[in-house]
Amino acid sequence: MDIRLDGVGHAYGDFEVMRDITLDIPSGRIVCIVGPSGCGKSTLLRFIGGLERPTSGRILQIGDPPPDCLNPLTYVFQDFALLPWRTVTGNVSLALEDHRIGGAEAKAIIDDVLSRTKLTDFAKALPKQLSGGMKQRVAIARALAVRPAVMLMDEPLSALDSQTRELLMDDLIGLWTRTPFTAVYVTHNLAEAVRLGHLIVVLSRRPGQIRQIVEIDKPLAERGYADPDLEDSQKQLWMLMREEARAADAELIDA
Amino acid sequence: MPDATLAATPARDKVRAVDFRGGGFAPKTRRWVGIAVFIVLIGFVEWGTQAGWISALTLPKPSDVLATFGELYASGLLFQHLGPSLTRLVVGATIGASIGVTTGVLIGLFSYIRAGLVPLVAAIFPIPKIALLPLFVIWFGIDEGSKYALIAFGTFTPTVVATYGAVDNVDRTLIRMGQSFGLSWFSIVRKIVLPGAMPGILSGLRISLAIAIILLVAAEMLGAEYGIGAYILQAGSLYDLERLFAGVVILSILGVIVSAAIGAIERHLLGWRT
Ligand SMILES: Nc1ncnc2c1ncn2[C@@H]1O[C@H](COP(=O)(O)OP(=O)(O)OP(=O)(O)O)[C@@H](O)[C@H]1O
Ligand SMILES: [Mg+2]
Repeated sequence: MDIRLDGVGHAYGDFEVMRDITLDIPSGRIVCIVGPSGCGKSTLLRFIGGLERPTSGRILQIGDPPPDCLNPLTYVFQDFALLPWRTVTGNVSLALEDHRIGGAEAKAIIDDVLSRTKLTDFAKALPKQLSGGMKQRVAIARALAVRPAVMLMDEPLSALDSQTRELLMDDLIGLWTRTPFTAVYVTHNLAEAVRLGHLIVVLSRRPGQIRQIVEIDKPLAERGYADPDLEDSQKQLWMLMREEARAADAELIDA
Repeated sequence: MPDATLAATPARDKVRAVDFRGGGFAPKTRRWVGIAVFIVLIGFVEWGTQAGWISALTLPKPSDVLATFGELYASGLLFQHLGPSLTRLVVGATIGASIGVTTGVLIGLFSYIRAGLVPLVAAIFPIPKIALLPLFVIWFGIDEGSKYALIAFGTFTPTVVATYGAVDNVDRTLIRMGQSFGLSWFSIVRKIVLPGAMPGILSGLRISLAIAIILLVAAEMLGAEYGIGAYILQAGSLYDLERLFAGVVILSILGVIVSAAIGAIERHLLGWRT
């Protein structure tokens, strides 16, 4: 299942947030969206997930999601969004309960996703007992449990320290190489973008428009920490973004 | 050489541990303190009344109150009074609190209901419910009906206010999360909104149930032969301080029991809080 954004624009009242965004999100690829603060990245992701409607343009779903898919468009939130009163298992099963999956089938799914995210030993823990990195792994496990066609990730790692972030990036790459999934990954961090993205979409400052789409050919599994091949792409991205970021920053001061 | 100077500095100056100024602001269980406060207070009054510098007209002797309490228990009258009172309290408070929680949740969830009911609740809240007792007697009869209604009505308003405040405070990102996983409206309410509002609802119930006990006495002012309230009012009109205080002690014990019960429910249901 592919996703196509067709001339998406949005304004909150008179306040134009984004303009004419046309973009294809091909199946099995990770598309990273980078752009200066306030350019509408989170808003765009909410449109894709159907949590909000754009004032113009359309979001199209091309083809059917795979038949075993429970929740085609699934989020991973920046602040984890775990229910603090449920255990790790309970949080994952929340996503399954409304799909009438229970008993042995639910248990099998939960065991599988917890082992894929290395959380099996923490199945009975409450969120307050977990570190930030583990909480985000629970959120990823919950997303995997519904077998999404597209994962929508809004700065999933930015609440974490840089070491945990590296580890989780390795985990994400591991997950993707074993079973490729489609993802839209919003981030501020260019190193994350070049590490995880097949396509990197650079947005301009508000109103957000597509400045450029950078493609990185090197297979995910071969990209490493501080990879020299990625340095160039990261530099190129930073050159593209620098002026925008500076201008966006100045705008906030004026306002 | 800068390293050497650094090392040399503290040797010349006074050395002392950094002052501790953290801690506090974190409630811990200290059960015996509450009991100690009661014991000290009662002991103090006993001493004063025995020694004579608290006159018998000001306060009765705690030991006399205890003796009265003993008589009450021995004569079987205690349970004759306690039975009807507890029934009134349980029935009235259950009706009031359950309608209150339901209304509060509806106000929290639907803008029209909120717009319609919040001003109404604000208008009802400050009315002293006791003033409405004659009205309740006309509506629900002089028997149990009016008593249930008074207690229910008095518990209702604070419960509503606490509940819709609690629903408003539920983390919106959790609700967004529920929607993004395709949960039905009903599931979101049951699995996200209600548990999220539970801390606020329970602390509201603490207040509502205390109010219910206050209103119990008021409800028994009219046409009640038995009941703690009737007992207290009877003693009061005769200026029988020992019996008055024996009744008051029962109410206080009731209050402590209710508060402890809610504490136990909180520990059980809200163990997930940090
Ligand atoms: N509900 C709303 N009402 C009005 N303005 C909004 C609303 N949501 C977002 N905005 C505005 O739209 C712009 C884009 O917001 P958005 O959160 O999508 O930006 P972002 O690119 O995700 O920013 P960041 O990088 O800081 O997360 C911001 O200027 C924000 O103030
Ligand atoms: Mg954002």
